[in-house]
Amino acid sequence: MAEASLLDRSRTVAGLGYNRWLIPPAALAIHLAIGQAYAFSVFKKPLGALISGDPAAPAAADWTPTQLGVIFSIAIVLLGLSAAIFGKWLERVGPRKAMMASALCFSGGFFIAALGVHMHNLWIVYFGYGFVGGIGLGIGYISPVSTLIKWFPDRRGVATGMAIMGFGGGAMIASPLSVALMDYFKTSGTGTLGVAATFLTLGVVYLLFMQFGVWTIRVPSEDWAPAGYVPNPQHSALITSSNVSADNALKTPQFWLLWVVLLTNVTAGIGVLETASPLVQESFSDAAMGAGRGVTAAAAAGFVGLLSLFNLLGRFFWSSASDKMGRKTTYAIYFGLGILLYALIPTLGRNLQLALYVGVACVIISMYGGGFATIPAYLSDLFGKYQVGAIHGRLLTAWSTAGVLGPLIVNYLHESRKAEGFTGAAAYQTVFYAMAGLLVVGLLANFAVTAVNAKYNEKGPVDAEPGGH
Amino acid sequence: MNQPPVSSATHETPSSGGALFLAWAFVGIPLLWGVSQTFIKALDLFK
Repeated sequence: MAEASLLDRSRTVAGLGYNRWLIPPAALAIHLAIGQAYAFSVFKKPLGALISGDPAAPAAADWTPTQLGVIFSIAIVLLGLSAAIFGKWLERVGPRKAMMASALCFSGGFFIAALGVHMHNLWIVYFGYGFVGGIGLGIGYISPVSTLIKWFPDRRGVATGMAIMGFGGGAMIASPLSVALMDYFKTSGTGTLGVAATFLTLGVVYLLFMQFGVWTIRVPSEDWAPAGYVPNPQHSALITSSNVSADNALKTPQFWLLWVVLLTNVTAGIGVLETASPLVQESFSDAAMGAGRGVTAAAAAGFVGLLSLFNLLGRFFWSSASDKMGRKTTYAIYFGLGILLYALIPTLGRNLQLALYVGVACVIISMYGGGFATIPAYLSDLFGKYQVGAIHGRLLTAWSTAGVLGPLIVNYLHESRKAEGFTGAAAYQTVFYAMAGLLVVGLLANFAVTAVNAKYNEKGPVDAEPGGH
Repeated sequence: MNQPPVSSATHETPSSGGALFLAWAFVGIPLLWGVSQTFIKALDLFK
């Protein structure tokens, strides 16, 4: 019981002198861990060869790439659903208990999945990594958001940008770490190509790593504000001093406009990320560039790595810039500049301008990452700090939708063009024009965002612990 | 206009500097390692 009480919100209120710059590392510890999800693809080949023992020659009984792709899809869908479902619970119990729940689910997912791999039972892997781990992803993703905004009301974009940057960075750590662990356990003769032992190890490592966030996180006291803090120095009508509950937020057009904003920005970004490797290889092949001058598979992997870096940097850069420029202007740049750049990509591909092509793709992906990182601050501006974590959780269903919609659109349009006989860069032309069209929808939705009607505001002072004790 | 509440940040003590350094190192070192690995991989594009 004593341990349980340590997790309660009431035990996490910061004392005098607690340095607020300890909060971003606490948030990063959670996001760097759960960001592992985007490195799951490193397990696909070994998981698809557990019976044959040779990733280059899978047996008939081995799991297929399509079956393995479902694991990640379940995890991402559960991320959105659990963020939406558990958001209000998080606001009630506070960030520490939510982070602990996330750590237990996320690492527990690895343990269950390890059992599934050991027994070669795909359903157990779906349940472990996909379902249980996915719940850990969703709770973990939103767990530090409202706390960061409360500690950094003067720099909301910087604070949430730092945390959400961690989600992008998590894959960069997990990918080489997982490969190294699989190599180690494979040669140790533990079987399953080292995957089960790697899952177990990652489960333990992430459980311990996330504990740093669990025990470092604090919420500010009710009357706390940074020294010299002036609310809404820009005097923007889009920054409220009122508060809207998560349930009321769903009744506002602003919530759904931002849902469309996130959906379109993420869908378009996934269009590039999903196809990055084949896209650059097919657009700049030996046939197009001349023998020996085309982009190789290794160079294409470098291109994917470069996009990951800009995804990470964009999260911090754009989100921080939004503190100065305002959220609406920042999203107008994502969409306005994005439309131009997406429409430019096919031309650069046709003209074989590789350096420009890579540069444009990097800017596009930086704005994709920026879109994720800026949205919590946008929500906080419009709906106040009261239940921003819960509102953010509900908005993340747009991400889950984009995760399904993006690859579907890209694959359909690309296959259609190929069926018409187009090859190389031309086969991707309609993909990019369609994504530019999607961004027009996002631009219009962002343009329509206005201040929330006062009838949705909470009346009187709000309790930071709604329904709590 | 309401006066902003008095900040407890003004009471932050220099003694928190060590904890701050360790906290950032705890998350910063793995992150920098991951970024460097990705950067090295990205260099393949320019070979």
